[in-house]
Amino acid sequence: MLASLPPGLILILGGLLLPLLPRGARPLLTLGAPLAALGLVWALPDGVALSVDYLGYRLDLVETDALSRLFGTIFALMALVGGLFALPQKTVLELAAALVYAGGALGVTFAGDLIGVFIFWELMAIASTLVIWSPGTPASRRAGLRYAFMHFLGGAVLMAGIAGHIAATGSIEFTAMTADTPATWLMLAGFLINAGAPPLTAWLPDAYPEGSWSGTVFLSAFTTKTAVYVLLRGFPGTEILIWVGLYMVFYGIIYALLENDMRRILAYSIINQVGFMVCGIGIGTEMALNGAAAHAFAHIIYKALLLMSAGSVLYMTGLRKCTDLGGLFRTMPVTAACGIVGALAISAFPWTSGFVTKSMITQGAADEHMVWAWMLLQAASAGVFLHAGIKFPWFVFFQKDSGLRPTDPPWPMRAAMIAFAALCIGIGLFPGPLYALLPFPVDYQAYTGAHVVTQLQLLLFSGLAFFILLPLMKRTLTITLDWDWLWRVAGPAVGRAVLRHGGPLWSGGLALARRRIDGLIAWTAATHGPYGTLGRRWPVQASAVMVALFLLLYLMLFFLWP
Amino acid sequence: MTDTGPRLVRITETPPCGEMPAVRAPDERQPWIVRPEGIRALWWIFAGVLALTVLAELLVDLHPEFGVDGWFGFHAWFGFLACVAMVLGAKALGVVLKRKDTYYDAG
Repeated sequence: MLASLPPGLILILGGLLLPLLPRGARPLLTLGAPLAALGLVWALPDGVALSVDYLGYRLDLVETDALSRLFGTIFALMALVGGLFALPQKTVLELAAALVYAGGALGVTFAGDLIGVFIFWELMAIASTLVIWSPGTPASRRAGLRYAFMHFLGGAVLMAGIAGHIAATGSIEFTAMTADTPATWLMLAGFLINAGAPPLTAWLPDAYPEGSWSGTVFLSAFTTKTAVYVLLRGFPGTEILIWVGLYMVFYGIIYALLENDMRRILAYSIINQVGFMVCGIGIGTEMALNGAAAHAFAHIIYKALLLMSAGSVLYMTGLRKCTDLGGLFRTMPVTAACGIVGALAISAFPWTSGFVTKSMITQGAADEHMVWAWMLLQAASAGVFLHAGIKFPWFVFFQKDSGLRPTDPPWPMRAAMIAFAALCIGIGLFPGPLYALLPFPVDYQAYTGAHVVTQLQLLLFSGLAFFILLPLMKRTLTITLDWDWLWRVAGPAVGRAVLRHGGPLWSGGLALARRRIDGLIAWTAATHGPYGTLGRRWPVQASAVMVALFLLLYLMLFFLWP
Repeated sequence: MTDTGPRLVRITETPPCGEMPAVRAPDERQPWIVRPEGIRALWWIFAGVLALTVLAELLVDLHPEFGVDGWFGFHAWFGFLACVAMVLGAKALGVVLKRKDTYYDAG
């Protein structure tokens, strides 16, 4: 019985219970609940372990296979290490919401049917909005509201798709589909909104950097990677995903290059990295799907590590702009070193986790002889080193000295960073255990001489380009307009214009119409009223004259007609 | 790389950790890697490593997939040019789309 408990439920209940505990007991639950969930993920047997009847459908709340175990493992691990990092966080709302959020992600991962996926999908939207709101600043309130609108829109689109799919097929099973009906298109669109796909990409870099120093670490892990999971299960080999993924890859690089806020740089690079995964899902071969799944696993670790490093800087200095930072490597050696490990891993530097996972996606493109996709992915790999691999550590820890000498953060934060940095290198050196967890058998050797040499060439010459072009990269106090301009500026402006001009137009038109109607009524009354020409009583003589006239007309026509 | 004009960023709000970070002492000794001679040495080391990665290509079996990736030093110049193109592309886009970072605060 215990082994068939949904792992997500433990985290959700833990999150709801957390605020009720005394302050001293909370760390126990913050770390204990994810640990129990992790254990449970591994105790679950393959196949359906728990199902319930609901509204006439049989929901498979816990259905396990290699793919769900892989994502379940990394989600639970993320909740555990993220919880460790967030121990100094004083806002209990954030930790509670983060646990529920992680529980929602686990719930989606183990749901065997579309209704279960939808329920946990919405739970994640609510919990993650609370995580964004937890700092309580006006900026986070507004960004959280925009975030919530976007995700409820995505949820509505997804629900419409699911309802249409169930009506058409009668099956609620969540399995591989082809996007060939309006219902499946809607589901694909709903999934892609959460992945940060165009044109609704901007919710991610808009909302995530407004989380607290620890909240953004949780935010980076669950929503987009759950979207990668459902795309992997629901739409493998859907060709349009290749182009969607390539757009995301370059969008992330270009915008990150222009950005000044250190955590927004990392937020753009989430879209960039998810773009690699979405592209791999679109390629759809076993190699590419394995690559996308493995890359999601590695990505959660190194992206959390990068955001922990940025979060530590924010925690110790309260600063987030590259123009304010610099030179921090002197007194924050652990933070800087862990940030650099994360930066190398995201760049797929040899001997780090990104190297053994991302290369499977590019190899998938090469195996299919997709020369353009391969070229673009290689160029993008170089671009990742440029915008995240060097830019982030350079502007935060090196560049022009800020004169600030903050110390490394407290031990839980250091321990969390060291644990994830060790995993980045460990997976890079010994990819075997991760490969064994992947959905398909792996026949791939990352460490060939050619691969290491070409990757080093690609990355190091990108580094050369960075330092040669450094004058062009000088940070300025600017932001770059994104799609969200449409709903933050253009939409309200159109609304105000409608209010300003539409109001007078409407009331003017209404008054005119009223006058016309009044005129019509008066005219009708004049002609058909009791004294109107057509309404009044006529004397009998007049009728007799009329009848005589008609008779005369009739007789004349009768005689004169040929 | 770094120009050495002393800069001191002022912090106006207490950071989340609850105390203000220390600032640079006037007599602080700069680590080697930010001193001019250190930076020069790092450039030489970097140049050496770059040359080594290109030369190492002669020692490994490349097995190119498409032909073009078999050209000598393909990944080196491809990576370099791709990055230059992306930086210039970003710059061009920035001319059109960059705004002050208080742009959204007004509304």
